[in-house]
Amino acid sequence: MSILYHIGRYFMLMAETFSKPERLSIYWRRTVEEMDLLGVKSLGIVALLSFFMGAVITIQTKTNIDSPLIPQYVVGFTVRQSTILEFSPTIISLILAGKVGSTIAAEIGSMRVREQIDALDIMGINSAGYLILPKIIATALINPFLIIISMFLSIFGGWLVGTLSGIISSANYLQGVQYDFNSYIVTYALIKTVVFAVVIATISAYQGYYTTGGTREVGISSTKAVVYSDVVILIMNYLLTQLLLL
Amino acid sequence: MIEVRHLSKRFGNVQVLEDINAVFQKGKVNQIIGKSGSGKSVLAKCIVGLYVPDEGEVLYDGKSFQAMDKAQKSELRQEIGMLFQSSALFDSLTVLENVLFPLRMFATMSELEMRERAHFCLKRVKIEGQDKKFPAQISGGMQKRVGIARAIAMNPKYLFVDEPNSGLDPQTSIVIDELIKEITEEYDTTTVIITHDMNSVMGIADKIFFIHDKRLWWKGTRDELLESDNKELREFIFAGSLMREVRKAMKGI
Repeated sequence: MSILYHIGRYFMLMAETFSKPERLSIYWRRTVEEMDLLGVKSLGIVALLSFFMGAVITIQTKTNIDSPLIPQYVVGFTVRQSTILEFSPTIISLILAGKVGSTIAAEIGSMRVREQIDALDIMGINSAGYLILPKIIATALINPFLIIISMFLSIFGGWLVGTLSGIISSANYLQGVQYDFNSYIVTYALIKTVVFAVVIATISAYQGYYTTGGTREVGISSTKAVVYSDVVILIMNYLLTQLLLL
Repeated sequence: MIEVRHLSKRFGNVQVLEDINAVFQKGKVNQIIGKSGSGKSVLAKCIVGLYVPDEGEVLYDGKSFQAMDKAQKSELRQEIGMLFQSSALFDSLTVLENVLFPLRMFATMSELEMRERAHFCLKRVKIEGQDKKFPAQISGGMQKRVGIARAIAMNPKYLFVDEPNSGLDPQTSIVIDELIKEITEEYDTTTVIITHDMNSVMGIADKIFFIHDKRLWWKGTRDELLESDNKELREFIFAGSLMREVRKAMKGI
């Protein structure tokens, strides 16, 4: 089927998703549950990745700029800039697309093939709104917190590994981290994060919602959800960078 | 009462249903029968609005479903109960929460009243002491009964049942059939059952609709069914050994 067909159907599903909810209190409760499932339960993997990401950036930066003409604090500066601008919002979002995206597609896809979505429709419930909207709101609200934690842990990981291994002094690293700081880069990172969160939730939900067949097709939908989310995140990353930084 | 008028449905180039006309009476068990792949489930999905017919219309108590706006359709659907072939219970909710689900979405009663209603429905389908179990922790027959309890929670005017006996042993099948019959009479619902189980048809059907070759091939009562000389219908109903024995016994009479 043509890409235009999928784009059209995606936007029609979103129109359905954002239509008036039946009972707000139930939607809100579901949103809180999704924040826990999709956000809080991703904290472990985000923390682990971020810590080691910062550690590796520190070591690589140090080994690549080992020149007397370049001040030592550049290591801390590079870790901060690359973490806030790119690694935390983009790389962690790509990782979350794998974890959260596949969860969303598999859950909704299983509900589709087991007639549970038909059951919602028969009851007169807007199944798209009930299933997808809480996931979109949950990821858009919780992902920025995950990314802020990722930023801190990445910079902390760089500091810990850098100082413990003796490749940079704590004072030099912290001087770099604070050097010429422009808070706009955090705003830019958080805007990206929210956009990526919406991309992950909506594309994965779309793949799950239109699953046809059985368990094999649910697996295919999950894979497609991750691949398409990653592709769209990369494209949106370029467009947002062009739009917000230039 | 539900009336189907000149309903046709195709998927791509494949014509599945052609010019179906049928009336499903209130307070009666209406059974749609036919071979696997004959289009009976598609017909049911067209009637409840899960599929949009290419031609024709469905009238609920004289009101055309196709002519209704979104809000009217949503309102009507709150009067429809449906038991799916797979029961379609929500895995993440307990037995009690599954029955409470439509009440919490639409009912205007207090939480206590909703719980009382859910317990009443579970008791009505003879499920007690299973409230906190999840669907995966109960048997297929129990899942069907919970599905019926959820379907009747909102006091439906129309009850649809898709293959109620699939995957069930004969004894449990009879229990489920009798429960559907009792509920139809008790709630005066327009009940439409999709099945190819002749035991169920002979047990509880008030009116039978035979779908064959994309069309409504035959309709009538149980007695008329056994006496019919329609070749395709006879091939279908006497395909099973039990029904062949019934025929032999009838000839003996």
